[in-house]
Amino acid sequence: MATRVDTLEPVPAPERPPERRLPPREWARENLFGTGFDTFLTIVFGLVAAWLVYRLGRFVLVDARWEIIERNITNLMVSRFPRDELWRVWGALLVLAASLGLGAGTTAAMRRREVEEGRANSPQRATALRRAGPALVLVSVLLWFAQSLQATLLTIAVGVVGIGAFMFGRRLSLQPRHAALVVLGGIVLAFGVVTAFDGVGWEDWGGFMLTVVLAVGGILLAFPFGVLLALGRRSTLPAVRVVCVAYIELFRGVPLIAVLFMGAFMIGFLLPPGVDRPSLVTRALIALVLFTAAYVAEIVRGGLQGVPAGQVEAAQALGLSPVRITTRIVLPQALRNVIPGLVGQFISLYKDTSLVAIIGLTELLNVSRNITAQPDFLAQGLIVETLLFASFVYWTGAYWMSRESQRLERRLGLGER
Amino acid sequence: MSTVATTTRRPPPWRNVRVLRWVFQAVFLFLVALLLLYLWETATDNLRRLGIRTDFRYLRQPAGFAIPSSDFRSSQSLFDAILVGIQNTAKVALLGIVLATILGVVVGVARLSTNWLVRRAAAAYVETFRNIPVLIIIIFCWLGVFLRLPPIRDATEVLDLVVVSNRGMVVPWFDKVGSGAVFGLVAVAGFVLAAAAWIWRSRRFDRTGQPHRRALWAGGILLAVLAVGFFATGRPWVLETPERGELSTAGGFRLSPEYAALLIGLTVYTASHIAEIVRGSILAVPRGQTEAANAVGLSGLVRLRYVVLPQAFRISIPPVANQYLNLVKNSSLGVAVSYYEVTKITQVSISQAAPAVQAILLLMGVYLVFSLSIAFVTNLFNRRLTLKGR
Repeated sequence: MATRVDTLEPVPAPERPPERRLPPREWARENLFGTGFDTFLTIVFGLVAAWLVYRLGRFVLVDARWEIIERNITNLMVSRFPRDELWRVWGALLVLAASLGLGAGTTAAMRRREVEEGRANSPQRATALRRAGPALVLVSVLLWFAQSLQATLLTIAVGVVGIGAFMFGRRLSLQPRHAALVVLGGIVLAFGVVTAFDGVGWEDWGGFMLTVVLAVGGILLAFPFGVLLALGRRSTLPAVRVVCVAYIELFRGVPLIAVLFMGAFMIGFLLPPGVDRPSLVTRALIALVLFTAAYVAEIVRGGLQGVPAGQVEAAQALGLSPVRITTRIVLPQALRNVIPGLVGQFISLYKDTSLVAIIGLTELLNVSRNITAQPDFLAQGLIVETLLFASFVYWTGAYWMSRESQRLERRLGLGER
Repeated sequence: MSTVATTTRRPPPWRNVRVLRWVFQAVFLFLVALLLLYLWETATDNLRRLGIRTDFRYLRQPAGFAIPSSDFRSSQSLFDAILVGIQNTAKVALLGIVLATILGVVVGVARLSTNWLVRRAAAAYVETFRNIPVLIIIIFCWLGVFLRLPPIRDATEVLDLVVVSNRGMVVPWFDKVGSGAVFGLVAVAGFVLAAAAWIWRSRRFDRTGQPHRRALWAGGILLAVLAVGFFATGRPWVLETPERGELSTAGGFRLSPEYAALLIGLTVYTASHIAEIVRGSILAVPRGQTEAANAVGLSGLVRLRYVVLPQAFRISIPPVANQYLNLVKNSSLGVAVSYYEVTKITQVSISQAAPAVQAILLLMGVYLVFSLSIAFVTNLFNRRLTLKGR
């Protein structure tokens, strides 16, 4: 694994070969009709693809009865969340937009400084609009289904606050550590806006909101635990190593649904008598964290192995204590390298939260199934529409994050041989 | 010199690293043991207080539920039910692995095609299915496709061979009419002969360098022996095509909608991941290899078959094995479409008053055995194929 060593000498940007521009006819001959077999493939694939696109397009634009989504859009987003308290969700979104915007602005400022000092290649030209494409598509489709002026205005407000915070953060250029604190503080504050002062506890959360909360909460809580496990697995103390390996292999060897069953049916028995069983959402989150921590540990272990042994030896020669070597020398270098892996894990957690539907939580997938049983829509075969909508929501989110993670990977210079 | 004296002096125990290591490990193990003991004690206490048994003898009780598409009766024990569940898991996982590998390799190679349309179609496939939860794909196949097919009365028949309806898909299958034992012996003999031919051709190739064509030889011998044996033993099996009745079908092999949905969902999803691995592995083969093959005048397919793919194959073993493991674990999603694999059976047995703690521990144990055995096999395989030395 390549580790980046910061030097003052500018890294020469790799030269890209000049782009070949061919006139359409030659392009087609080269890319579509090179040989007889190529022509055959092009025709077969072209017909099949055209048929599929036609069927899907016709279904989405003409045949599908989207009324079920239009009338249930709030249901799909928040499920049983009390409608009188919805302002809390919007408030939380505003807080999140502000803090995340500030964080993004800080990284942008850092990046600009690195480029100016010649420590990094100038970024490829990708406009902000193109990068945010999938997320924008998702939001506009949701708003289109909502058909509500209020929701549209509030969304625009969230966007404006986010962009404003981004600009502000870029000018402010905070220390990265402080920016991370701001983001974490924003997440905690947003949580407080929804729950505190007679708010709504997360037993009553649902829909897409619950999906996102479980994924974000899962990865944030699993991260420290996973780092500890990874350090334990790399420890020179055999007893610590054996226990950590056993934990990691146990949870990586069983399917998530078995761990969720454990959370749903078993946690209650593991508490001393007199202690109330935590709500199903809490138990599902505990299961997700226990499960994800094992995977995070393996990702972090990869990063730890990428830190050259000379770093540790140099630190030892300087007389640093083992704790300091770990926290000041090894982890900063290791964690930088595992960010793309962690994003990948977050994406799969985001998709895997759909499994909590099986133990009965009303997240996005479960709501999509339940609304087809409403009296107005019963037995009309609308499951295709609702599942298509749910997969669209999952798809745009996961696709967007995976594209951003690939960008990040290129930027950090990982995966290059 | 005086340094000799300082190195032989022992540090006091509270600063001696060796002592500290022992102490730390002992304390750590003690705490872990304490935690486990505490969990165990509370669990058994709680169970006893609620009058739930704390041993595994509940497995001998009658199951109390039947399993669709199997001979399992509700009077049989829970233990038998779990065995049937393990069989069903294996049934969907093995076929899924085979299909996902084929589809994944095809799509992965197609992603690197020189044909723009093929390349783009493969990319669209991968990006679509990689980013949707596998559970949604499975449920979509089940509720959105198979259960919405016409009832048997109006079932579609493909070439009079396959009957497709909302009760599943019925395909032609072999029906046993005569004694299979003799034919089994013939088949074993055929395999032995084929293996012998393979070895003979390989050795001859090593000695003389003439083309071995061992796959052709071995396959031909096997087919010939099987064909001769099949007719000589009086055709012990006949291929039976399904007959469509008013309310049911007779003959053939029925794939239930649940099985088909789970199988297709797992295949499609895993194939999209395998395709990415295949593509990455092909790209990871150093470009000099392709160029060298070009320089010695190998054509496209030959280059792929003898230079690129063997090296890509070696790179791709660990990640593909990981995908196989994921597929086995994801087969637990049968629980969402009521396919009675081991997870569904555990869920049903818990809802029928089997003790939850033991049932879930047993379930985890079953999957651990699955995972560890797959990991073991791939490690063996990997060790044989990794380059030695260098």
